[in-house]
Amino acid sequence: MDAIFLQVLNGLDKGGAYALIALGLTLVFGTLGVVNFAHGALFMLGAFCAVALERMLSVSYERINPDKQDFLGNPLKEQISYLVDWLGADTAAFLQDYSVPLSILFAAIFMAIVGIVMERGLIKHFYKRPHADQILVTFGLAIVVQELVRHYFGANPIPQAAPDIVSGAANVGAWVGLGDNVIYPWWRLVYFLFSAAIIFGVFAFLQFTTFGMVVRAGMQDRETVGLLGINIEQKFTVVFGLAAVVAGVAGAMYTPVLPPDYHMGMDFLVLSFVVVVVGGMGSLGGAVLAGFLLGILQSFASMQAVQELIPGISQIIIYLVAVIVLLTLPRGLMGRKGVMED
Amino acid sequence: MSERKDITRRRVIKSGAAAAAAAGATPYFYTRAFADGHGYMNAPKGDSVTFGFNVPQTGAYADEGADELRAYEMAVEHINAGGGGMLDTFSSKELKGGVNGKTVKFVTGDTQTKSDAARASAKRMIENDGAIMITGGSSSGVAIAVQGLCQEAGVIFMAGLTHSNDTTGKDKRANGFRHFFNTEMTGAALGPVLNNNYGKDRKVYHLTADYTWGYSQEGSMIKYTQPYGWETVAAVKTPVGAGDFSQFITPVLSSGADTLILNHYGKDMVNSLTQAVQFGLRDKQVNGKDFTIVVPLYSRLMAQGAGENVKGIFGSTNWHWSLQDDGSKAFVKAFGTKYGFPPSQAAHTTYCQALLYADACQRAGTFKPSEVGAALEGFKFDGLGNGPTEYRADDHQCFKDVLVVKGKENPSSKFDVLEVVEVTPRAKVEYAASLLGGELGPYNNG
Repeated sequence: MDAIFLQVLNGLDKGGAYALIALGLTLVFGTLGVVNFAHGALFMLGAFCAVALERMLSVSYERINPDKQDFLGNPLKEQISYLVDWLGADTAAFLQDYSVPLSILFAAIFMAIVGIVMERGLIKHFYKRPHADQILVTFGLAIVVQELVRHYFGANPIPQAAPDIVSGAANVGAWVGLGDNVIYPWWRLVYFLFSAAIIFGVFAFLQFTTFGMVVRAGMQDRETVGLLGINIEQKFTVVFGLAAVVAGVAGAMYTPVLPPDYHMGMDFLVLSFVVVVVGGMGSLGGAVLAGFLLGILQSFASMQAVQELIPGISQIIIYLVAVIVLLTLPRGLMGRKGVMED
Repeated sequence: MSERKDITRRRVIKSGAAAAAAAGATPYFYTRAFADGHGYMNAPKGDSVTFGFNVPQTGAYADEGADELRAYEMAVEHINAGGGGMLDTFSSKELKGGVNGKTVKFVTGDTQTKSDAARASAKRMIENDGAIMITGGSSSGVAIAVQGLCQEAGVIFMAGLTHSNDTTGKDKRANGFRHFFNTEMTGAALGPVLNNNYGKDRKVYHLTADYTWGYSQEGSMIKYTQPYGWETVAAVKTPVGAGDFSQFITPVLSSGADTLILNHYGKDMVNSLTQAVQFGLRDKQVNGKDFTIVVPLYSRLMAQGAGENVKGIFGSTNWHWSLQDDGSKAFVKAFGTKYGFPPSQAAHTTYCQALLYADACQRAGTFKPSEVGAALEGFKFDGLGNGPTEYRADDHQCFKDVLVVKGKENPSSKFDVLEVVEVTPRAKVEYAASLLGGELGPYNNG
């Protein structure tokens, strides 16, 4: 029972990440009709926003300490943080401790700019081109972005610490009446709640605002909305920016779970596409449902008892489920009629 | 009529298929060497000789590959100058500037840490660039694949960072040589240290990378901890590059294990260790004992990636920049002055391999693989940072002391993440060549 409960928790936090990426992917596809293979790179860029902010908060100057030596035996060049000089040690330590949560703000602004520039500068030229062209250009863009990140940040993962207050593990077993072995990292619980909040926020934005109503109408019938005198292209640019922000903040918050490296976007992209397809192309609810469903199934498939029964199942479970769903429900779990059915 | 029957379309197709099959069955490499009358593959013609450095320049091990390339470039500088770095402390004094009167040049290839890409880049360097020797790599899978290719091609392969027993065990080849240690030595060195620090009768959970090195490492750790009553509760294979290991770590919590051995390297090690610590394993008490995590193979570059999570965790390494012998000090000084940071163990082993190959060619008076190999076989040397070392003739494996290290509790800099807790003498990690199986077979000169 303990093991099953823990795997459900694993699936929920993993599914949270899948759902957030898939949400952006399907939002872009549903509105702009673009298959964006660079979406994983946006998740990765968001993660590196957390790394960049942490480094900005640690910008320092050198001071030679004649009493200490470096690895070559020369007087040690100590790094003194500007932040400590300007704000004092306590404030600097507080800001550095909370660099990951603070990076949400930084990632949101940065990713909005990246998203809008990307859409206006590149993606809009491919709206009327075949999906194959869109895939090629966005995949190429993803490779360029990841190689740029590798150039500046290196290939090794860069660990990011969660704030001290949530860095340990919670005794979840005691909360739900299970054993002491049911412990779970606080930050993963925070991430799950964060992803649920973001998903709720995006749905609320689309459901309860005029802007959202126009976007939903555009998803149903772009031409008619345009004929009503609404500048739908402008709205869709904002939607692309919103999708980039969702992917970015999801990446930034994921850094204490998975130390970011330049390739993490590609690792998530393929799985997220499967999530979108299983959920139903263009269906926001489907993307979220499929994200959590596949996250949980993937966790269960990794259990030793399951592995012993069907070796290697954890590697293929997601694709297996995708095949079964598409055979029985060709439009996915919540797919709409007419989407990608030329 | 019968003549006409002889040239039917079906017969032409059959003949074509037979010709294609015959072409496929011929050796992988065109034996250009003997056609040219030199007697061996890529015999240097002018006043220079070309080495091929095959390292990961992209992919997960790109940082390690970059460090290897830095070390190779420095080794070439020192070989051509006849001095500098560890060449000054090396016990052999044969290299006086160049090799056999020729200046060393080099070409590079990108293994991408993929066997097929590594073989393709090695093949390109041998066939197009005339590389006389291939060296490098940061993965056992890649090393074994490239070693096989070099054997077919008829050039020497000086393995880089490869730790699986198989490289100089069941997959060993006459043209291949390894300076780096292996999992058998790691187990032999680490087992007694773990027993001394954590005591007998522990219950162990293994998480193991699902490829040749992982199996080799897991087998060695089980073999060398069992005598102390360390019982394996479970040994679970994890996919390489899994990223999130939480689904593999949570079962550890309720398994009754009090020890987790992470047979992971590189990015997998960084991620699995970080996540194991996040799950509170280091703070747990099981069976009345403090829960313990072990990382059998450490790399300083990877330890930096795992940050504070490595503190107090035991492992092993081939070499560490903090060693105080003359060779290590000379190497760290030369490398640190040139690049501004200390070298990694990957840089160390690749630098040594370049020097050892050049020295063997100089002593043999030729670049012919069989004669260079003979010069390396049984070669005893010192001054390269590991103390007295021998290239054993039986399996082309270097034997030397092994370092047991621990994540440092109070690092003084970002490079100062590991401390050497024991130097296990060579005699304690040595084994019979027959133990790991395989046959060297004959040398191939191309």
